[in-house]
Amino acid sequence: MSQVIVVTSGKGGVGKTTSTANIGTGLAKLGYKAVLIDTDIGLRNLDVVMGLENRIVYNLVDVVEGNCRLRQALIKDKRYPSLYLLPSAQTRDKSAVSPQQMRKLVSELREDFDFILLDCPAGIEQGFKNAIAAADRAIVVTTPEVSAIRDADRIIGLLAANEVEDISLIVNRVRIDMVRRGDMMSVEDVASLLAVDLIGVVPDDENIVISTNQGEPLVGSDTPAGIAYQNISARVSGENVPFLDLGRFGGLFSRVVHIFRKNREAV
Amino acid sequence: MKLLDFFKRKTSKDVAKDRLKLLLVSDRASCSPEMMEAIKNDIIQVISKYMVIDTEGLDIQITTAEGENGDTPVLFANIPIRDIKLSA
Repeated sequence: MSQVIVVTSGKGGVGKTTSTANIGTGLAKLGYKAVLIDTDIGLRNLDVVMGLENRIVYNLVDVVEGNCRLRQALIKDKRYPSLYLLPSAQTRDKSAVSPQQMRKLVSELREDFDFILLDCPAGIEQGFKNAIAAADRAIVVTTPEVSAIRDADRIIGLLAANEVEDISLIVNRVRIDMVRRGDMMSVEDVASLLAVDLIGVVPDDENIVISTNQGEPLVGSDTPAGIAYQNISARVSGENVPFLDLGRFGGLFSRVVHIFRKNREAV
Repeated sequence: MKLLDFFKRKTSKDVAKDRLKLLLVSDRASCSPEMMEAIKNDIIQVISKYMVIDTEGLDIQITTAEGENGDTPVLFANIPIRDIKLSA
């Protein structure tokens, strides 16, 4: 049974595309067949985050308009045998695709894939409506900031109104040092305000910038965000993985403790 | 005194949480303009049975008020009365 998951947030710049790329890659690493669809027509980005921008021939709009077959537009990620990308069109706008067309396209993909991830554009207009039309479930990405949380709450309301009931939350860019001194809302604060199930916590990590520079998702690497996304991918696939103790990545002291622990485990 | 202030200090996280709590309640409670207009017209009809009201000056909105379980959404209506009909 395949699952169609929309990754959305309302506000821009909170990590939708990064999360889509990393969860998709993480699922492929776990052995699932996954396809990532960039639904942000006119502002495509998932291709660059995945490092596949030079391999685009056809795009989502070409498929919908019948300029090519679906198979031809799918880009196979050579690093992972079960990972594919359907890129968005850069020179068109959101009105080039309708919710009905998205549903048709996704139902075709269901036959071949375990997971279909839809990277949703920011906002609540046509692009959002297209992206959620075919979704079975949603992952809402937010950061611990008032603006992102407010938009996430609005998105959660709209998802429920459009019969996407299965909603889970990623709190991204958490800085445990700021949470400790009372200058950032904790994950618990955010989750209780939004009243949805938490599926992951991603610490603020400069490695994300580095991995995006290189076009290689860092999921599974030994970095705070890499571990976090690996855990999220496993949870998305239905595994029960305990949440990360962010303190590990916190201050100098905890880092030293962590190194000692690691060494002890090694011994 | 300063030390006491330090311990009692409201952190910026608390400020953010409090602001969001209010904001989300009003965001979630917000109705469509059409629905607000319909409520307004119904209120005018009902109240007009008993008194003469200033329909132009009538104002209704959804806000929050402190309830038993924290802030709850309330419908606030400000209805200026022109004349109270004695026949009612």
